[in-house]
Amino acid sequence: MNKFVSILVCFFMLALASSALAQDKVITMSTTTSTEASGLLDYLLPEFTKDTGITVRVMSKGTGAALKDGMDGNADVVFVHDVAREEQFVAEGYGTQRHYVMYNDFIIVGPENDPAGIKDAPNAVEAMKRIAAAKAPFVSRGDDSGTHGRERQLWTATGLPLTDAKSPQDGQGWYFSIGQGMGEALIFAREKLGYVLADRGTYLQYKFGRTEPYELGIVYEGDDMLKNPYGVIPVNPEKHPHAKFELADTFAKWLVSERGQQVIGSYKLLGQALFFPDAK
Amino acid sequence: MDFLAESLLAALRMIWSLDPEMYFVVYVSLSVSFFSTLIASLLGVPLGFLIAVRQFRGKRVVITILNTMLALPTVVIGLFVYAFLSRSGLLGFMGLLYTPKAIIIGQVILILPWVATFTMAAVSRIDERYRNTALTLGASGMQAVLAVAREARFGILAAIIAAFGRVIAEIGIAMMLGGNIKGFTRTMTTAMALEHNKGEFVLAVALGIVLLTVSLLMNIVLQLAQGKYGDNR
Repeated sequence: MNKFVSILVCFFMLALASSALAQDKVITMSTTTSTEASGLLDYLLPEFTKDTGITVRVMSKGTGAALKDGMDGNADVVFVHDVAREEQFVAEGYGTQRHYVMYNDFIIVGPENDPAGIKDAPNAVEAMKRIAAAKAPFVSRGDDSGTHGRERQLWTATGLPLTDAKSPQDGQGWYFSIGQGMGEALIFAREKLGYVLADRGTYLQYKFGRTEPYELGIVYEGDDMLKNPYGVIPVNPEKHPHAKFELADTFAKWLVSERGQQVIGSYKLLGQALFFPDAK
Repeated sequence: MDFLAESLLAALRMIWSLDPEMYFVVYVSLSVSFFSTLIASLLGVPLGFLIAVRQFRGKRVVITILNTMLALPTVVIGLFVYAFLSRSGLLGFMGLLYTPKAIIIGQVILILPWVATFTMAAVSRIDERYRNTALTLGASGMQAVLAVAREARFGILAAIIAAFGRVIAEIGIAMMLGGNIKGFTRTMTTAMALEHNKGEFVLAVALGIVLLTVSLLMNIVLQLAQGKYGDNR
């Protein structure tokens, strides 16, 4: 019995030691679902590890929750897409500096027969107005994500009367605020034969990356208001002394370096470039 | 630690100030759970009763199936019912997916086995002679059944309350079949998951407090009922 216990203790200590060893070159990153779901991170992070020997552990969630992780000191670096909130994050001292990394774009996904007639809308705001006027089903992420943030900006720009949550309607009608991720919102829109504001990467995954067919198509794209810039911010070690600032900063600098930018630009999903390098 | 205390305070303030959004979520949860428990009880209590008092071929198979169904994960039920209610599914034409009715359907499937097996256990515990005595004293078949049910009523009540506790606390079915639509199918559990996703905790903590309070009340009712039962003996 004693022998058994001592073996157990040995194992435990070994495990502790090895995890401590591994830990000195690991950082934790909180990021949005779109970077992970689009497959970019699976392509990018191995290259980064090859160059620097640093491993990145990824937690993916909505932009709001990712920033919250940074504020609570649960992550060493955040990689998200909501410029206003990112700047506030840095201004409040939670992050050291925001680096522009890349952008991708949002699209409006909907039924091919386009019941609200938004295919020829002059701009994205007009497209949203037409959806509201037609009372066509519209699915909102409703989860404080970057995508949801953009949707709220578009609704605000339409000048329609909005609720406190910056949505044109609440409850049981044509506007569905579901508080879930991009994939769930796309599936929901298919069920309702409705419209949804989506990031292109997740949409391509659902349209072409699966065996099951996805019937909705891109009905509106290309407006400047649909551009979606991503930024990376190391967590400020002055707020959270345990944050691994140096490693996190290495990661941020690598992303905006020529090498990192080249890796981002060369990533293709189902034959299409998704992210456009944008470092300044 | 600060932040837990702060969230707790803000949550109590929200409960106190009768925040309409919060109470609507509570209302959706309570009404959906009420109806699924009601339907499951109307079906499950007689079913459990029958299995307990009748002898028939395959009785053990039925009991084994029911016991297995006790372990059904909510997400499996969610997937299964989704496949039927989805627009491309068999019952898609009814347009039930992402409505409170869809949640109720899923939840009934979840707790029906619970109500049935626990009723069965409660009734089986009543001595066979009890029913026979009632019959020899001139009770009709129906009266004898009622006499047994009367004896087993607290076991059955416990089963129903446990089932209610199970549905009001579950999230898989409410999320997959209800879709967490704000102001329509958002329940306490899906709202809490969403708030956690958003990195905000006040509403989640407030709902957690309400959820526990509801469970506490249900259990007090049960305790009171059982206390009375003890006195009567």
